[in-house]
Amino acid sequence: MANQDEPLHWLVRPATIRKLWIGLSIVLAAVVLAQTVVYIKGYFGVDAWFGFGAVYGFVCCMLMVLVAKLLGLVLKRPQDYYDDPDKDTGHGQDAGQKMSGTEERGNGA
Amino acid sequence: MALEMLSPALILLLAAVLIGLLKGHARTAVVLVAPLLTLWAVWQIPDGVQGTVKFLSYYIEPVEGSPLRRLFATVFAIMVFVGGLYAYRVARWYELAAAFAYAAGAVGVCFAGDLITLFLYWELMALFSTIVVWCGGTPAARAAGIRYAIMHLLGGVVLKVGIEGVVVGTGSIQIQPMLATDFSTWMILIGILINAAAPPVSAWLADAYPESSSTGSVFLSAFTTKTAVLALILLFPGEPVLVGVGLFMVMYGIIYALLENDIRRILAYSIVNQVGFMVCAVGIGTQMALNGAAAHAFAHIIYKALLFMSAGVVIYRTGKSKCTELGGLFRTMPLTTVCGIVGALAISSFPLTSGFTTKSMISQAAVDENLVWVYMLLTAASAGVFLHAGIKFPWFVFFQRDSGLRPKDAPWNMGLSMILFAGLCILLGVFPELLYPLLPYPVDYVPYTAGKVLFYLQLLLFSGLAFFVLLPLMKRTETISLDTDWLWRRAAPALIGLIERLLGSLGELVARGRVRVQRFSQRIAVRYLGQPHTADREERGVFARSWPIGTTALWIAGLLSAYVLLYYL
Repeated sequence: MANQDEPLHWLVRPATIRKLWIGLSIVLAAVVLAQTVVYIKGYFGVDAWFGFGAVYGFVCCMLMVLVAKLLGLVLKRPQDYYDDPDKDTGHGQDAGQKMSGTEERGNGA
Repeated sequence: MALEMLSPALILLLAAVLIGLLKGHARTAVVLVAPLLTLWAVWQIPDGVQGTVKFLSYYIEPVEGSPLRRLFATVFAIMVFVGGLYAYRVARWYELAAAFAYAAGAVGVCFAGDLITLFLYWELMALFSTIVVWCGGTPAARAAGIRYAIMHLLGGVVLKVGIEGVVVGTGSIQIQPMLATDFSTWMILIGILINAAAPPVSAWLADAYPESSSTGSVFLSAFTTKTAVLALILLFPGEPVLVGVGLFMVMYGIIYALLENDIRRILAYSIVNQVGFMVCAVGIGTQMALNGAAAHAFAHIIYKALLFMSAGVVIYRTGKSKCTELGGLFRTMPLTTVCGIVGALAISSFPLTSGFTTKSMISQAAVDENLVWVYMLLTAASAGVFLHAGIKFPWFVFFQRDSGLRPKDAPWNMGLSMILFAGLCILLGVFPELLYPLLPYPVDYVPYTAGKVLFYLQLLLFSGLAFFVLLPLMKRTETISLDTDWLWRRAAPALIGLIERLLGSLGELVARGRVRVQRFSQRIAVRYLGQPHTADREERGVFARSWPIGTTALWIAGLLSAYVLLYYL
């Protein structure tokens, strides 16, 4: 995750990240299991099912990311797409950032 | 003119002038005191119309008070104060002055009692928000500002056409609820929706706002779209078209924000998303829905400004605005990180934040009206908001990989304004009863029930899980996404170029034909009249030669006999 020049911040050490994942998993399990104790009032039947919120949230996000990904294939363009090559009045700022962007590209996203 | 007929907007307008005239501490004092004075003035306005002025043959109502109008004006005034505090040490004086005049327009719209006053303040906003965009100072900001101005002037014209139609049709310039049933009311609705960044012109928002300065975008995020929401509540409550428009905006905002790489553009798309919730609520139109729209607008202005402030600090300190260039900033910017996360949680309507206590009213309104699909889509969108703004924004800016950047944290004034707004986000989340009495209708709603909180926790936390599971798919690329503005930024110029080329070749064809005709007629002229410069030489045309006398006499004789012959025939 981080560069090796300086000691790793405690938050990004692999051990911490593992602990965070474990903690998150416990919390996720807890909010689903809590439904055995807490009554969720469903308005339309389905939304009172056990774990509906969890499944619905997860599936919807999955769908939205996939739709975005697919639309991205059609809609994405290089960030200098609108720059006018004939004039200087294009995206001067973007042009500058593009240069720094190409330097950064080596590091990956 | 009586004093109560002066709009609180005039205080901000005067302040905008003073900011230009004064320097140093005096200017700072104006920046900080004028919004508080405005806030005080807002609460001095009683309900109802505060007198009329006759203008041409219309009775203008410059100030009309109501709980709804005061609510919007209040949050606008708070926004100007905290925005001013955030900006005053960095922003140039003309940016501050323009931002104040822009806010004056927004406050003016809040209290406009008639359509003509509303239109005047509407145009004031368009004018000065364009200047705020231009204050970005880059060539890109200049170009985006021009596109922004064209879009808003066009919206203004459409609105004006509608207003004229309604005034001619009904004879009344009153602001009163209507439905889009005929041409004029449709024009008013479209004019307002253009300012709300509704489809198909949502692109103006994500085009212009991210090009402004790091301080300018904080102001821009607050006023234009929210005055449009106010105008919709005042003019089109219960207009069924708005439900669909709102739901489209909600989904559009999520999808485009997911594709985006520029941090402020992510936030700009999420404005469209959030305004979509409000537009949808206005479309539902019940008291609960309108309360929800108003409360959500109030909360939204605060947390969205907070998010733009934290993004602004990052850009101010690093000069970078792309997810691909940022990351790992939490090490040296703890305050900005925490405030950014509070804003992100609030926009995702996490329990204990202002988003939860306001946005859930809109969902409740959908439930009350038995709109299953609207409720389901709004719930899905709540999950999507957590995905695109709640986690994506803080993750890519403050965590992610280590970009190697070690910028200083926010300057004290920016930090203080972020703390103020972060505090408000949590305050309104923990004590919603502070906001509920200010809403236009009596509130009969309990935000915190164990079941509701648990449902939202399931929804949001599993959206969070989806984010990290799908992280490989979310990898940022150095790209922009095409939008409808492609039509006027690429397709229209290309079409005009094509037409130009067509006309050009047609012109060339005509020119070539003309030359040919000229040459041909010249050849004939030379043949019969001779070259102009060879007057006395032998190279004369047929008619210009000197004929011998005999030939002439012969021709005359021939002509005369022909004449005699014709006479007797």
